[in-house]
Amino acid sequence: MALLDIEDLRVTFTTGDGEVNAVNGVSFSVEEGETLAIVGESGSGKSQTAFAAMGLLARNGRATGQIRYDGRNLLDLKQKELNRVRSEEIGMIFQDPMTSLNPYMRISDQMAEVLTLHKGMTKRDAVAEAVKMLDAVKIPDAKNRITMFPHEFSGGMRQRIMIAMALLCQPRLLIADEPTTALDVTVQAQIMELMAEIRQEFGTAIILITHDLGIVADTCERTLVMYGGQIMETGPTDQLFERPTHPYTLGLLRAVPRIDRDDETLSTIAGEPPDMSRLPKGCPFTPRCAWAHGPCPTVRPELLPAEGYPMLRRACHAPVEEVK
Amino acid sequence: MLNYVLRRVAIAIPTILLLVVISFVLMYAAPGGPFNSERPLPAQVMANIEARYGLDQPYWKQMATYIWNVVVHFDFGPSFQYRDRTVNDVIAQGFPVTLTYGFWSFIVALVVGVALGAAAAIRHNSWLDYLAVGISIGAQVLPNFVMAPILVLIFTLWLGWLPGGGWQGGQIEYIILPVIALSTSYMASIARITRSSMLEVLNAGFIRTARAKGLPTRRIIWTHAMKPTMLPVLSYLGPAFVGMITGSVIIDVFFSTGGIGQFFVNSAFNRDYSVIMGITILVGVLTVTFNLVVDLLYAWIDPKIRY
Repeated sequence: MALLDIEDLRVTFTTGDGEVNAVNGVSFSVEEGETLAIVGESGSGKSQTAFAAMGLLARNGRATGQIRYDGRNLLDLKQKELNRVRSEEIGMIFQDPMTSLNPYMRISDQMAEVLTLHKGMTKRDAVAEAVKMLDAVKIPDAKNRITMFPHEFSGGMRQRIMIAMALLCQPRLLIADEPTTALDVTVQAQIMELMAEIRQEFGTAIILITHDLGIVADTCERTLVMYGGQIMETGPTDQLFERPTHPYTLGLLRAVPRIDRDDETLSTIAGEPPDMSRLPKGCPFTPRCAWAHGPCPTVRPELLPAEGYPMLRRACHAPVEEVK
Repeated sequence: MLNYVLRRVAIAIPTILLLVVISFVLMYAAPGGPFNSERPLPAQVMANIEARYGLDQPYWKQMATYIWNVVVHFDFGPSFQYRDRTVNDVIAQGFPVTLTYGFWSFIVALVVGVALGAAAAIRHNSWLDYLAVGISIGAQVLPNFVMAPILVLIFTLWLGWLPGGGWQGGQIEYIILPVIALSTSYMASIARITRSSMLEVLNAGFIRTARAKGLPTRRIIWTHAMKPTMLPVLSYLGPAFVGMITGSVIIDVFFSTGGIGQFFVNSAFNRDYSVIMGITILVGVLTVTFNLVVDLLYAWIDPKIRY
């Protein structure tokens, strides 16, 4: 059985301008110890999918469908039960380590409270455990620096601290929401390396939400491409990158700058990301798609195995052999 | 830290001296004097009195003598109005009264204001939020000179529960109405500032982190959200605290509580120079002191601030 099994997840926000459908019927699962990348541009619903799983949607957001973890639907849990899942079963780290640590509290207090609360440890034991975890994420001199405040650390260090904090209870799943976006490129690589090590050491399954295809290629076994709150294509990362069968995936990969090619211009996907409050009935990518034809604007394509590439699943009306 | 405090105290001294000079000049610029009455005194009598109080001296000399006495002897001089009392007596009599109801007003305004504002923010856009906003707007548009008579009308005349004035050595039933009248508008401001500040804090990334850590809401509010919420409230509290403990003229006059507010008004009417100066300096010193206290509290809350 999968560790996390999401079925027909929909997330809707009620705003002054009407309903915004951020996630529209997304289904996927994560296996124990697996690393899954969710890729897509801003507003594709990738972060909201993760927030829904953790019960972290904004106040005006509503999630329907199934998010099964260990046989329980997380969307049905009471606040108290959900609080036990958070941190103990699923840890989460966020995009901007500058703002996701509390600037008014010492690192020791922020980390220790996780253990005193979830594991019933004494403050002293909890801090000792936190120091061990900081050592594991390679914070130098953790024993002394743990009493410092977040602003006394660099961005990369803060993200390491976030990771350490999320792992304190040894959750089976770590959701990383754009963990490297706010960091320098060299620091990005270090953080990704750290995540890979963590997976090895603790066997933690990881959902990596990102728009950086470069880090996906290196670290994730499976990739899920989202657009307009729907899954466009999914499959093993190497196959997906080798032979994308969906026009959007193709566009994304072409838009990655390549140092080994001598291209004069960088390819972009023409058009604008969709307005999530007025999505077309059919495929959300239709207005920007070169292969759009008859059924595209009106009939939503199902996520089905790609013809000739059985490991890939795609939601597209255009025949596989034409998309390249 | 100590260095910073000393520097602030050093800056406070010229600030207060400047306050003294300006008050002195303004006082003397106003027409009339403490011994002018409807029936003019004989010239010789007037001259004797002025000599007795040193008013025949040039202004700068009067000011210098005054400052000397205050700084060296801590003596604010004799009152011109109450012939048998010194300014020190007047302050010693009135200030404890003002301090008492002012302190309780501060506590009430702070506790009720923060509680109301925080509850409104936590239950944003609920009936509780609308109620809290309604109360704080209502309380803000009711100035204390309107609040005071309404309170007396209700609690004294209609219900007969509480006395409508007097002090009686500060018995609790004499304190309640002045405290409500004085604290209401401050409470409203504190509630408003707390609400908007906490709404902002609750949207911060670190609050989302705290939720993702599985902390109960109560703990998130108290250990994660409260400190940053209080930062803007704090900068309002400094001047508000001084405003409350130096009391309001209205409260003293309306409830006949006998605080320094009453003396302040009377002394202004009667050109009781020394009492005006004494109370002005008292307020000045308190203002400077509490601004310093607020700045130190800032450093305690926000680790990024170091002096």
